[in-house]
Amino acid sequence: MPGEIKTTETFVEKPKTLAELRAEISTGRTKATDLAASYYERIAKKNPRLNVYLSLTKERALAQAERIDALAAKGDPLPPLAGIPVGIKDVLVMQGAPATAGSKILEGYRPPYDATAVAKLEAAGAVLLGKINCDEFAMGSSNENSAYGPVRNPVDTERVPGGSSGGSAAAVAANLAVATLGSDTGGSIRQPASFCGVVGVLPTYGRVSRYGLIAFASSLDRVGPFAASVRDAATMLGAIAGHDPKDATSSQAPVEDYAAESDNPVKEPGKAGLRIGVPSEYFAEGLDPEVRAAIEKGIAALEAAGCTVKAVSLPHTKYAVPAYYLVATAEASANLARFDGVRYGYRSPHSATLSDMYSHSRDEAFGVEVKRRIFLGTYALSAGYYDAYYLKAQQVRRLLAEEFLRAFAEVDAIVTPTSPFPAFKIGEKTGDPVAMYLADIYTVTASLAGICGVTVPCGATNAGLPVGMQILARQLGESTAFRVARAVEQSLS
Amino acid sequence: MTAKVTVADVERVAELAHLELAGEETERMLRDLNAILDYVAELNELDTSGVAPMAQASELVSEPGNAASATASRADQVRPSLDRAVVMRQAPESNSAFFKVPKVIER
Repeated sequence: MPGEIKTTETFVEKPKTLAELRAEISTGRTKATDLAASYYERIAKKNPRLNVYLSLTKERALAQAERIDALAAKGDPLPPLAGIPVGIKDVLVMQGAPATAGSKILEGYRPPYDATAVAKLEAAGAVLLGKINCDEFAMGSSNENSAYGPVRNPVDTERVPGGSSGGSAAAVAANLAVATLGSDTGGSIRQPASFCGVVGVLPTYGRVSRYGLIAFASSLDRVGPFAASVRDAATMLGAIAGHDPKDATSSQAPVEDYAAESDNPVKEPGKAGLRIGVPSEYFAEGLDPEVRAAIEKGIAALEAAGCTVKAVSLPHTKYAVPAYYLVATAEASANLARFDGVRYGYRSPHSATLSDMYSHSRDEAFGVEVKRRIFLGTYALSAGYYDAYYLKAQQVRRLLAEEFLRAFAEVDAIVTPTSPFPAFKIGEKTGDPVAMYLADIYTVTASLAGICGVTVPCGATNAGLPVGMQILARQLGESTAFRVARAVEQSLS
Repeated sequence: MTAKVTVADVERVAELAHLELAGEETERMLRDLNAILDYVAELNELDTSGVAPMAQASELVSEPGNAASATASRADQVRPSLDRAVVMRQAPESNSAFFKVPKVIER
């Protein structure tokens, strides 16, 4: 095995597959209640170091587990995720449970409703273990911006798990959940999945309801799953996807059987293999050579599996970064205006006037990065600048989306590294600005264009740090992305 | 024509965003806001005349002829919403019917 990492390796543990657990629970070999209890035991052991869970929802979890055990005992058909222990990023609301969004401004807040994705998981039988740590308001790429302390990467606990859904990725990597939900606005599912060596899914914008997701940037936010395998990630997506009347941006498109689709090989007999596009803009200066090598191996494996690989060009790629920063911060400034101490969350004591109460509450309880982004976004939207800044960015956005559409006329999937570098050390946000910029490019392009993607583990660096391959597909093309991801996964097993 | 961001700009934005900045935070914010102008300069390299702004990524997904997806509105019917008592329990200060806040006008 390339490169030993010290004893921190003991934090890494691969969960059983959904299929395996389903067989155990439906035959009664394993009780859902015992399974949940075993997860809480493991959480008690590992969470002090990893800081993945912020709160646990034991009562609700065990009540659900008991319901599942009763169904199994009667021999009744079990729902698709029956008894499966799942963790929920703390930007998604669970009724009555804390929802901090990683911020002090929501300390003590108890949502009066469930997010749709959460409700759907529970209806599918999942056992919801608790709320998972993340960067504050999903702003960050290392889970170091949480007001409740950083999450540590189970692969090497001196390193970040990525962000903003660092906790959700780490939970699966350490088997503190079989699968988790996270959110992705500019890469927040894909990058941590890559850093932690698990599978992460960026669903098409609108594929999964955003109802109950504490909003960061409403035209970019997506809810998506993490799992230890492509098939399990596909199963999770199938459980949470679908139109929701409570989310006016949710898609009416029918939900495919993603798990079954992921079983389809990339080259079916009598048909041409899937066409894979490799964009040169993503293989530029700043890409760690070991990451490049791992991805090139993955691409070679896809060729060996019957795919045709060709170069594609996405010349507007670099404009995605400024466009993203303008759009995301502008929308964030609007979405975070509601945190003002009036109706919920933190209210600063002893304010003489309403206006003071607003600014004191926000000053005292928002973190530095959140304040910064609100500031930038407010500026970009303010009178005199709205057209030149925000609208311009939205025009560039259309150019990027159309560029992807043209590329997807030539290829079925586009493959890139998920991150130009592996997990960096806590406190040491990688010093190379060129690399940091490239990191943004890799993920924000798909975010702006609304397209979907999957990140799949694709080898490791010599030091044993996971590398992820990002597979992008057209809007509503998740099945294609899953097929390609599966082929990569199979080539490595 | 790259205008520079001024301290007055920073103060105006702080007011709009209901955020106060202490001391050297203003310096840093000035730098960050000026960096935004660099982003804008980059975007201005592209000719976007005649390009419609894309506010919703999902507009590319809606099926033509499917009225339901083209308009995301529902019939104007009153439906039950959240339980008021539950909602008011989250309030930092309330009389169960209204949220209580400090006086609005300072005199």
